[in-house]
Amino acid sequence: MDLHQLWTIVSTPDNVPIVLLLFVVPFYAWYGLRQAFANDRLIAQLEADPAMAKTHHRKIQPFKAGWAREVHVWPYLLRIEFLAAIIVTVILMVWSITLNAPLEEPSNPTLTMNPSKAPWYFLGLQEMLVYFDPWMAGVVMPSLIIVGLMVIPYIDANPLGNGYYTYKQRKFSILTFIFGFIVLWVSMIVIGTLIRGPGWMWFWPGTTWDHNRLIFEVNQDLPDIFGITGRVGKIVFGAAVVGGYFAAAAVLIHKLITKTPFNRKIYARMSVLQYVTMQVFLIIMLALPVKILARQLFRIKYVWVTPWFNI
Amino acid sequence: MPETNGNDGKPASPAPPAAGNGNGTGNGGKVAAVVAGAKAVKTRAVEEMKGAIKAPEKTDLWKSVLRVKHDETPRSRALGVLSNVFLHLHPAKVNRDAVAYNYTWGMGGMTFYVYITLVFTGTLLMFYYHPSKVVAFRDILYLESDVPFGKLLRNMHRWGAHLMVIMVELHMFRVFLTGSYKKPREFNWVVGVLLLVLTLLLSFTGYLLPDDQLGFWAVTVGTNMARATPLLGHGGPFGPQMGMTPFNDVRFGLLGGSIVDSNALLRAYIWHCVAIPIIASAFMVVHFWRVRKDGGISGPAPVVLESEIKEPRKI
Repeated sequence: MDLHQLWTIVSTPDNVPIVLLLFVVPFYAWYGLRQAFANDRLIAQLEADPAMAKTHHRKIQPFKAGWAREVHVWPYLLRIEFLAAIIVTVILMVWSITLNAPLEEPSNPTLTMNPSKAPWYFLGLQEMLVYFDPWMAGVVMPSLIIVGLMVIPYIDANPLGNGYYTYKQRKFSILTFIFGFIVLWVSMIVIGTLIRGPGWMWFWPGTTWDHNRLIFEVNQDLPDIFGITGRVGKIVFGAAVVGGYFAAAAVLIHKLITKTPFNRKIYARMSVLQYVTMQVFLIIMLALPVKILARQLFRIKYVWVTPWFNI
Repeated sequence: MPETNGNDGKPASPAPPAAGNGNGTGNGGKVAAVVAGAKAVKTRAVEEMKGAIKAPEKTDLWKSVLRVKHDETPRSRALGVLSNVFLHLHPAKVNRDAVAYNYTWGMGGMTFYVYITLVFTGTLLMFYYHPSKVVAFRDILYLESDVPFGKLLRNMHRWGAHLMVIMVELHMFRVFLTGSYKKPREFNWVVGVLLLVLTLLLSFTGYLLPDDQLGFWAVTVGTNMARATPLLGHGGPFGPQMGMTPFNDVRFGLLGGSIVDSNALLRAYIWHCVAIPIIASAFMVVHFWRVRKDGGISGPAPVVLESEIKEPRKI
């Protein structure tokens, strides 16, 4: 156990936000889901008791007859905003007084940093470089993430859960977002920051960063495993495998979104375009963990090898 | 109450008794008259001053600045928000449960506040920084060792930027969990995603500016990705077929050269300090405006039951 190495990584000034992320993301996930479950209990209660559904104010927040439903912005909101501004200022001040921004040697194109890391918020993408070529991890995937986020409101046909925390009414979308945000985005940032060492090799927290370490991993292309050597053969085989993955993933996702009666009801509300868009983005999102597993379990480098691009 | 100019309680017009001064020499009666006049002016001034201090809200100065009454009537409270240029993005009233911290987590507002802090500290940093390969790094050293509070300034800018990225992501997480992107707020979510991207770009372009090893290699790694852009990068799929070389592809456009050098520094500087802040500010204006136009913040709304789903309108 090399505590000194661990401390060096954790206390590197630019890694502090990730350490912060390790605490705030779980906290807010819990904070939001706790309210979601509270709302779900209320919803179950109201579903069971139609008379109560008619008279109840339908929030977990207390409400008494005669209370105003709205309050004045001045002072009830502005005082909170003012307080928040003061608190943020204090946090920023204390943080800036206690911890200095990093400044390394002057830039030197002849001396490569090892590991040479992107800013922490892009480390998820850099981590993806292990599994995909740069055109995929650095260009296509980020673009798809941005567009995929933008289309969310237009493909979510579920009218429930608009303006209140709930889990039961939006199980599929909430689980998908948590999978994408926490499992893929945040945890890959954490891996890229805290675990990847020299040569972008995997160093468990607590082990020493060994700059001379070599890993003998024989990664193979999938066509080679199957003994396909011809160029055209590889292209056709790869296309078939990727096509097969698309079909299999589409079936799996379809099964998931038509699993419960409620999900089928939402599915019935979707237009063909909404459905296809959702499928495409979910299939591509799922391709990341699938490729990670393929690499980690079967040491597969590329699935689809062509003279122009490799996947 | 005599009329005043409201500013300091002095008479609006020059006092007539003082006009006779300097006419004669050694005339006792005239001096007495002048003294008496001065005394009268003084009493009047004191009285006016007393009035202004007692009820400052009645002076013209006060009225000209604040425009509306600020007493505790509901009307005044509403006008106090609506007639103020900085506050008028707020509605006059909000959902009583929305002011509790647990619904919004305050992340959107705090992100904006941190952005303002960053603009402020960034502007101050610009006074000490030259975007030139020769002096950029030395400017940072100078800032850290010689400029009063320079180190604090740079630290606040750095940590504020990190904080903003974290807050934007958490804001997005909250908006998703509360389903606030649903009708009628779909488009504002799209604007929000663009703002997230702009935040990341702002932070990334700032990374190069100290011109140290950290920024240099981070930006080298980052922009090397652009080389692999399909069709538009010389190392990407079908790039060579499109005639892409290191000297005409998208990476060249980003860096102003084929390597991260002085042109890249200047480009990063201009994107970071001028272009992206302007674009981001424009999107922020739209974002906030749409929050209001789409009916204020989304909740906490009363829960809707599954049995109450309305049939979708057919197109």
